[in-house]
Amino acid sequence: MSSARDRREVIVETRNLSMHFGGVRAVDQVDFTLFDKELRCLIGPNGAGKSTFFKCLTGQLSPTFGEVIIRGDDTTRAETHEIAGLGVGIKTQVPNVFDGLTVDENIWLSARRWHKAKRARTLTAETIERLKLGDIRREVVGRLAHGQRQWVELGMVVAAEPWLVLLDEPAAGMTHEETARTAELIKEINTEAALIVVEHDMQFIRMISQQVTVFHEGQILMEDTMEAISNDKRAREVYLGHRA
Amino acid sequence: MNGNNTLRQMRPVLVFAFIGVVFMFVAPYVLQLFTIINLTTAIALAVLALSLALVWGYGGILCFGQVAFFGLGAYAYTIAAINFGGSTWAILVAIMVASAFAALLGYFVFFGRVSDVYLGVITLTVTLIFFSLIRRTSGPEYKIGNALMGGFNGITSPPLNLPWDTSSFLFPEHVFYVAMAALILCYVFCGWLVTTHFGRVCVGIRENELRAELLGYDSRLYKLGIFTVSAGIAAIGGVLFCNGVGRITPDVFNLYNAALTIIWVIVGGRGTLIGPIAATFGLFYLTSALGGQSVLNNNLVLGVILIFFVLLVPKGVAPTLTDWFTKRRKPRRANRRRRRSQVNKA
Repeated sequence: MSSARDRREVIVETRNLSMHFGGVRAVDQVDFTLFDKELRCLIGPNGAGKSTFFKCLTGQLSPTFGEVIIRGDDTTRAETHEIAGLGVGIKTQVPNVFDGLTVDENIWLSARRWHKAKRARTLTAETIERLKLGDIRREVVGRLAHGQRQWVELGMVVAAEPWLVLLDEPAAGMTHEETARTAELIKEINTEAALIVVEHDMQFIRMISQQVTVFHEGQILMEDTMEAISNDKRAREVYLGHRA
Repeated sequence: MNGNNTLRQMRPVLVFAFIGVVFMFVAPYVLQLFTIINLTTAIALAVLALSLALVWGYGGILCFGQVAFFGLGAYAYTIAAINFGGSTWAILVAIMVASAFAALLGYFVFFGRVSDVYLGVITLTVTLIFFSLIRRTSGPEYKIGNALMGGFNGITSPPLNLPWDTSSFLFPEHVFYVAMAALILCYVFCGWLVTTHFGRVCVGIRENELRAELLGYDSRLYKLGIFTVSAGIAAIGGVLFCNGVGRITPDVFNLYNAALTIIWVIVGGRGTLIGPIAATFGLFYLTSALGGQSVLNNNLVLGVILIFFVLLVPKGVAPTLTDWFTKRRKPRRANRRRRRSQVNKA
């Protein structure tokens, strides 16, 4: 198993990655590896350092020490737009959309970053079709429901045709139906791109999960399949214990 | 976007531009010379308002010191025109000086990630520094080439002349044509700019800077770009202003003028270009009219207008009118569609 995985290309690697806020070690010496076309979930209790780790990957935070390497490029202190410029699609925890603009314009701005005007227009239309946003395409995003805004943001990620996708709590605030559709979309994205998904919702993770990384107190507690983690005593104690 | 689409998006802009062209040719036959000269000054200020409408309304950058670029343009034009003995290159120098200064200031501000409120403070401070500095330049030792700076008395601005013909100066009514043409061109240029990829990204950055960065746009570069362009437009306003008034004094840089520019855009409406232009003309004539009486203090009235707009018409005149029209039109359109579908069914 492991030898087969090793042959795949490593596309995200962190070495000794640490983010300290004063005395708090939010992320502490994390060594993490993601292979091409992999779908990885990051879980952990509140304050485990998942989101901080995510922000270090996306350039929103500059780590205290350690390295982030994305497909051979050292992106440790790179700006967010430089990381996105490598072809990385990012969705943050709080929906970050262009609230005053239409759904169309939101998605077009993403497609146009990578393509000439004509291709951008068709890609926008395709993305809207694919995410079934047709009915609301002329609506101003700020007036939409929370779940819909999440979808618009996912649409922006998809329209950029990324090869690596980083999602921070994509299913937060969604209805059951929307969550199921999001899981489908993530699997679909996974045929083209590798993903890192930070999530709280265990049900959602069971829908999509392959390999899961458990964070605890800023460090990686374990990495395994969801099934193995559900059966693991330590993991249950730190995270699942008070739920399962 | 293809040509057709751009044209469709720019239709309102072109309609207003056409009205402007008609006004430009009709006004000199209808209005008295005194009014025309006064109007030239108002047009110059409208160009200034337009430049702030672009950078604040579309770029989301609250530049409290737009008059700095306006004044810098006026001073640069005047000094260059005195030294060159003609206005042709001086206009270009004015635009270049203001843009270059904006690019330099913007580089430190945007690449230093200075945000919102602090940006307003910095730009205002820079403006007031210009005010104090230039006020202190009275005396024969303050000279740039042949141009005496003149301290708080300012400098007499040489009039515009025909391109590369320094002997044929323009008369005030001709300066009016030039000013009006410049305003219309700047307006159409801004209207076009906001439909381009660059302009739409700037609007995106206004809406959510982090999202723009997450899409891979370097927001610092876009902000610097729109800031520099708007400074160049403000400088064009400055050139027209010193031509309309006949001289330039450090008073352009004072707090009153800096705040007045903001008021025009607030009253006219952020996110539109025509609104601030219209508001400038309206408020300019209001203050002129108020200047003729002594019952009410001018600034008091302006203050009341500002409070009225901030409280009751917070979006400004133009967006509020647009909203009102679309709201009225929407049900009518829906009705038409309903009727059509009934016809089809029948």
